[in-house]
Amino acid sequence: MKLLEKLLNHCRQKSPWLFHMNSGSCNGCDIELVASIAPRYDVEQLGIHLEGSPRHADILCITGPVTFNTLNAVKTVYGQVPHPKAVVALGSCAASCNAFAGSPTVVGPLHRHIPVDVYVPGCPPRPDAIIEGIAKAAELLSHPERKPLTDEDVKDIPECGGHCVVSAVEPTVEGETPCR
Amino acid sequence: MQITTAILRLLVFPGLFFAVPAAWFFLYVERKTIARMQQRIGPPVLQPFYDFVKLLGKESPRYHGIQGLLMKAWPALSVSVLLAALALIPVFPAKGGFSGDLILLITLLELPSIFYMLAGFTSRSVYGKVGSMREASLSLSSNLLFLTAVMMIAVTADTFQLSELAAPSASAARWLGLAAIILCIPAKLRLNPFSTSSAEQEIYSGPLTEYSGADLALWELAHGLEWLALSGFVVSLSFPRTGFRLADAGIFAFLCIAMVVVLATIAAATARLTIDRSVRFYWRWSVALAVVFLMSAVLFRR
Repeated sequence: MKLLEKLLNHCRQKSPWLFHMNSGSCNGCDIELVASIAPRYDVEQLGIHLEGSPRHADILCITGPVTFNTLNAVKTVYGQVPHPKAVVALGSCAASCNAFAGSPTVVGPLHRHIPVDVYVPGCPPRPDAIIEGIAKAAELLSHPERKPLTDEDVKDIPECGGHCVVSAVEPTVEGETPCR
Repeated sequence: MQITTAILRLLVFPGLFFAVPAAWFFLYVERKTIARMQQRIGPPVLQPFYDFVKLLGKESPRYHGIQGLLMKAWPALSVSVLLAALALIPVFPAKGGFSGDLILLITLLELPSIFYMLAGFTSRSVYGKVGSMREASLSLSSNLLFLTAVMMIAVTADTFQLSELAAPSASAARWLGLAAIILCIPAKLRLNPFSTSSAEQEIYSGPLTEYSGADLALWELAHGLEWLALSGFVVSLSFPRTGFRLADAGIFAFLCIAMVVVLATIAAATARLTIDRSVRFYWRWSVALAVVFLMSAVLFRR
């Protein structure tokens, strides 16, 4: 049983399928996400594949500060992604609402509505940062019990980009370092 | 054919134990070819296997009643029908007993497309229904050409027995028929430029939009098996046998992979046609060719 579980976890890390969702973003991060999926970066080497249906996806990539109109859609799509799943919040808007903070039509940031596993900061983030974030989320897929990010974790995220912020997982094996 | 031979064919070669890894390898060759065409490195060899195992370990949404039953049944039926079709493919022609005939093989090759359509309607998703309707119209239009070509091959060889058809008796009619069948394969495999039924940018994944988990894994496997069955069908009717089983199997595998590379190259080099254009493409070619085929079937009849 342990061997099968190991194989399954290995396969989960090797084949993360994405679903991309825009929750009221300015389209900057969406362009960068599509650029990172395009042939130049060849993410198929990591098994990454952009899927059309949330039912097929493992990783939900959400851009934008979550507007009032898109909130229900975000929650529905999150529910439609089958377990095990991870959420990657792309761009500074999803982390802190960025330039849209304080707007009456914005109800973000994202982690107040659905559990977020990885933040990729930047306005917009570079494609290599996005790929790094997705790769980290793929590692998290084999850790079903993990602590979602909170206000405390995201308060220091710089708006101009930086390292990905990843949710903490308990070390599974003695001596193995957690993902954070 | 002895019962043991039949069971060996179904379970070992070219059945289950050979077919499933081969299907994954064909999916890999398809993806790798497309990647090379786009100047990428592409996925690792085990990628289709990783995808399959990962999907097996994913949760599947529960559907109740008859819908739930059918949603599970269509992918399982597709895989089993394709395995049966693979067992019939005459790589090593054997006479006597039940070796199946061309009509049975064509039926088995045609059923997965019908299951795919029904899956779209069963899922009750709008995208699924649109995808199913597209698949239905494409299948209708490509099948006129496909079936007349198969008919011509059978009539000119004066037999429907697969073991006799596989014997090296290549005539002009045979080659013309096989070329027409190859022309139909992109539509049957839903490859570019005829990938309208699963057009991701328009209708998500078409009939498979609502599928996930193990059922989706079976659909992926069915797609690989379809590759194997259709290319194996064409190759087994075309290559001359050397008499040595190992050499025959090697030539068979090489030609099948070559066909996957050619079709994937065409898929990577073309853009998706709209459904009316793809239907028009097949009707335009198929009416003219079907007349030629039926005439040559009469003329070359033995």
